[in-house]
Amino acid sequence: MLIRKPADIRPSEITPEAVYLDRRRIIAGLLGAGAASVLPAASPPPLAALKYTRNAGFSITEKPNTFEEISTYNNFYEFGTDKSDPAANAHTLKPRPWSVEIAGEAEVKGKFDLEDILKPHALEERIYRFRCVEAWSMVIPWVGFPLSDLIKRFKPTSRAKYVEFTTLVDRQQMPGQRSRILDWPYVEGLRIDEAMHPLTLMAVGLYGRELPNQNGAPLRLMAPWKYGFKNGKSIVKISFTEQQPKNTWNVMAPNEYGFYANVNPRVDHPRWSQASERRIGEGFFAQRHETLMFNGYADQVASLYQGMDLRRNF
Amino acid sequence: MPLTVDKRYRYLYKPLVFIACLIPLGWALGGILAPSGLLPPLPLFDLGADPVRKVLGIVGKTTLNLLLITLAVTPLRQITGNGNLIRLRRMLGVFAFFYACLHFLVYLGPFQAFSWDAIVKDIVKRPYITLGFTALLMLIPLAATSTNAMMRRLKRRWQTLHRLIYPIAILGVWHYWWQVKQDIREPLIYASILAVLLGWRLWQWQQRRVTTSKSAPPTAPEKT
Repeated sequence: MLIRKPADIRPSEITPEAVYLDRRRIIAGLLGAGAASVLPAASPPPLAALKYTRNAGFSITEKPNTFEEISTYNNFYEFGTDKSDPAANAHTLKPRPWSVEIAGEAEVKGKFDLEDILKPHALEERIYRFRCVEAWSMVIPWVGFPLSDLIKRFKPTSRAKYVEFTTLVDRQQMPGQRSRILDWPYVEGLRIDEAMHPLTLMAVGLYGRELPNQNGAPLRLMAPWKYGFKNGKSIVKISFTEQQPKNTWNVMAPNEYGFYANVNPRVDHPRWSQASERRIGEGFFAQRHETLMFNGYADQVASLYQGMDLRRNF
Repeated sequence: MPLTVDKRYRYLYKPLVFIACLIPLGWALGGILAPSGLLPPLPLFDLGADPVRKVLGIVGKTTLNLLLITLAVTPLRQITGNGNLIRLRRMLGVFAFFYACLHFLVYLGPFQAFSWDAIVKDIVKRPYITLGFTALLMLIPLAATSTNAMMRRLKRRWQTLHRLIYPIAILGVWHYWWQVKQDIREPLIYASILAVLLGWRLWQWQQRRVTTSKSAPPTAPEKT
């Protein structure tokens, strides 16, 4: 093998020290400016790690979206209507101290501190499909506990046909509420049998840590066979009712959003198709995914709707 | 020696407008290419978790912006008295068509993954897509007749044909309005600007009619 002797470097080719130091300073300055514009002015306290067990039986095996995707692409109009608004604005929410009011047709009622709400429940991780009514989807590793376990503690009466979930109203903590985009507070509801279904999760965490504010801290619902908007976030009140709750999107646009909002590829939104969905995070040139009946949870939940006209009860 | 108006437009204003019109395309392309590592990961090139929707929005809104700017040329000419502004209008209009095509291509490819069945259904069944598609079709003859040769060939009919820009702009803004879920604040801004631009023309037209009917001799004697 021929090893060439390196050519002599002429002194004129060597960059003077002053020049290259200056160059480095310029580059460092550029990088600094770049980083400064990415980081928020005051970075929020890190999210506390949770103690939980994995529930593989209730988890799908698809690859979850990244924490970054799940926590920067949100519909949470309380913090603005753009999908990047909640991540930018939700730092004003104070998820502690927090209390939840239990009301309506139940034997045990009143205002409870969040810690008392959570204390008896062991947390588990479930990886669920998430399908937005806007025809995009994610895969999300939630941490939470079955809503049914929580409901049982308050002993709903025989008149409790529905469960209503109310989100916090506070213009200081939720700046998006200063405009009347929606009729605040955000209200959602489930039929009692939907609420008692083992899939219905009361979520308190994401990726093993407490929920970021923009994902509905400190307490949010997750019924994975329904469109995302059914799942109330930052819940302050759980009410057992005899009448079907008037859920916010249904009140705003009754022809577009129903009470049930079950994921259904055969029933289109009046303005767009629900037959397929775009999976967030698959890049600019990805294939669409077929939307699955009940978001892939048909085996578990289809029996809840036996004999119902799902076209009418959309 | 100061440049003549001709030279100023040819060598300065037109190139500047041309470059300005390419900025949104550069932004979108930067965002698409940045994840592949071909470009530095500048914050500007971070299109968020859903780059497809973001790019669809960038090129869509650029189309609307250019349509409105094109429609603002005539009022600006009359208000400022600077008739030369008309020299920029064709480029703005053709760029509006260019971005409308890009918007449609992003919809066909990245958004719908060339699923023709779904695309045809969308265009037929979804009113806001029907509106947008109609506007795009109507832009084609305008772009095709934008050359000097076509202007000369069509003579007076050219102006009549190019009045299509009014319904196109209305359809475009309507298309945007109809696809937002609840927050109509931004479409409302577009609609207001469009209303001013079209209202100004109606007002001018009314003024001209009043002055011509005043100066014209009576056509028939009044019945008694």
